[in-house]
Amino acid sequence: MNELLAEYLPILIFIGLALGLAVVMVVASYLVARQRPDTEKVSSYECGFEAFDDARSKFDVRFYLVAILFIIFDLEVAFLFPWAVSLGEIGMFGFWSMMIFLGLLTIGFVYEWKKGALEWE
Amino acid sequence: MVVQALAFYLFAAVVVASAMMVIAARNPVHSVLFLILAFFNSAGLFVLMGAEFLAMILVVVYVGAVAVLFLFVVMMLDVDVTQIKHGFLQYLPVGVLIGLILLIELAMVAGAWVAVPEAQSVAQIPFSPGGDVTNTQALGAVLYDRYVYLFQAAGLILLVAMIGAIVLTLRTREGVRKQSISDQISRRTEDSVEVKDVPSGGGV
Repeated sequence: MNELLAEYLPILIFIGLALGLAVVMVVASYLVARQRPDTEKVSSYECGFEAFDDARSKFDVRFYLVAILFIIFDLEVAFLFPWAVSLGEIGMFGFWSMMIFLGLLTIGFVYEWKKGALEWE
Repeated sequence: MVVQALAFYLFAAVVVASAMMVIAARNPVHSVLFLILAFFNSAGLFVLMGAEFLAMILVVVYVGAVAVLFLFVVMMLDVDVTQIKHGFLQYLPVGVLIGLILLIELAMVAGAWVAVPEAQSVAQIPFSPGGDVTNTQALGAVLYDRYVYLFQAAGLILLVAMIGAIVLTLRTREGVRKQSISDQISRRTEDSVEVKDVPSGGGV
């Protein structure tokens, strides 16, 4: 248990370093740089449209379809990881049970392809 | 051991704080971003418990996909904050009821933990069987043969979700001209170009 966590210690240290570096950059720019603001300098500028506007506007449901299809294949891949790792232990039965699982999802994939859900018109 | 305890309190505090912010933030997009923060930190908690596979799946599936879906839904609903506040009192009784039920359930979980001494043995079950067998290997060893029916049921649920999403949201727009590659390739010069014999000075 503790060896496992010791392997993750570098990641924790990296997270700490990243946080520290981000804070140092923001704080240092406040302390070191010369600050002489005026209204034109601090106002945000965006070419072509209002800088402050509601970003939420209704958009096409098609984006949602792409996202949900992505989630489904993401989950399928999540099932593949333990299978690939333990394929040696579970033998032919485990292999074929995964093939049936993949076959089911391939039926869905063929359906979605034929329906044109992957095309963007 | 000290680092472990410190990391636990850090992750747990951030999870609770960001979960509070999910319901407290006025802007729904900020709520989703706080939800992502909560997911990341609970992945950290899972790693501390020794469930590394679960932690990685939480990051890949929840942060990578579910959070994106939430963002899309928030964008698509075109939420108006004043409109939400409008119906607040109307939905208050239902919200209080659901909150109460959740509170009772939590109290029952905690109560069973105290009242039943055998429940302590559940906490002793390690996430990883120990030795050289990793978390992912232990999961793979049982998921594909002992729990094969549940595994196939998961596949069927994913299939139904896929077909359902397509049936519900796929709309083909009228009057859109698509590129048809096979038509383009099978086009011949004879079909499209015609040679006219034009007499000089006669015009076409």
